[in-house]
Amino acid sequence: MPATTEPGIFDESELVAKAREGDTAAYNQLVNKYSPKIYRLAKHITQHEEDAEDVLQETFLKAFEHLGDFQGQSKFYTWIVRIAVNESLMKLRKRKSDRTVPLDEPLDTGEDTVVREVAVWDENPEQKYSREELGQILDEAVQSLRPVFRTVFVLRDIEELSTEETAEALGISIPAVKSRLLRARLQLREKLTRFFKRKGDDVFAYL
Amino acid sequence: MLTCKEFLQELNDYLDDAVDIELRRHIEAHITECPNCFVILDTTKKTIQVYKGMQPQVLPDEVSSRLNRAVERMLTQKRNSTAPR
Repeated sequence: MPATTEPGIFDESELVAKAREGDTAAYNQLVNKYSPKIYRLAKHITQHEEDAEDVLQETFLKAFEHLGDFQGQSKFYTWIVRIAVNESLMKLRKRKSDRTVPLDEPLDTGEDTVVREVAVWDENPEQKYSREELGQILDEAVQSLRPVFRTVFVLRDIEELSTEETAEALGISIPAVKSRLLRARLQLREKLTRFFKRKGDDVFAYL
Repeated sequence: MLTCKEFLQELNDYLDDAVDIELRRHIEAHITECPNCFVILDTTKKTIQVYKGMQPQVLPDEVSSRLNRAVERMLTQKRNSTAPR
């Protein structure tokens, strides 16, 4: 039995097929569906509003341009994420022209996974801060990660792509995704501990 | 018995629910005996949760309309360049 398209359910492959044939409305639907996610992703990676907007536009212009290359084996979203990540990294490289940020930079062998601070957190650490303060703390922590770790963390834990989709979007291996994600998570944990730890509990860590 | 280092190596898969029962048992045995690793597990889990709980990014209206205009411009150009003469 063919898959039925319930009314209101978004049939993506059909939209992509129509867009490929030049159906403007179909392409606009795809743009509207994914633009908030792509913008958020670009903002997280570039840490810059104007750059994120450029990335957003470039992503959807390039995606349309290359729609013929999209094979439909992966999800449309994973495919545009890959374009958006590449565009974002190009922006980063431009901003830090003195420091290159290759996505495949060799990783040091594990010093990053050394855990320095171990302390119990408050029960609901989020509630210690206003939404704005919390947002700033979280953003700054992500910003402080090196791009290789940041991109993996953003895709896996913020955009909630699977390990496989992240590997595909970044063009790296699954073990690479896993090891980068571990380092990113541990580094963030470390940074957030400074804000969220329960007062007077530090001693516990060294028992 | 897992060492702390081995525990750290398995932490991600454990958090992502991607370990088999055997390994899960070893990890859980380790954290009942190692308070540091228990805290690392707990705070890493909370780190992920706090990010997942972030407010979804809304696309500012002006960003959205500039995007739509850019897409529109491109689509119009395409149409004109591929139109039969």
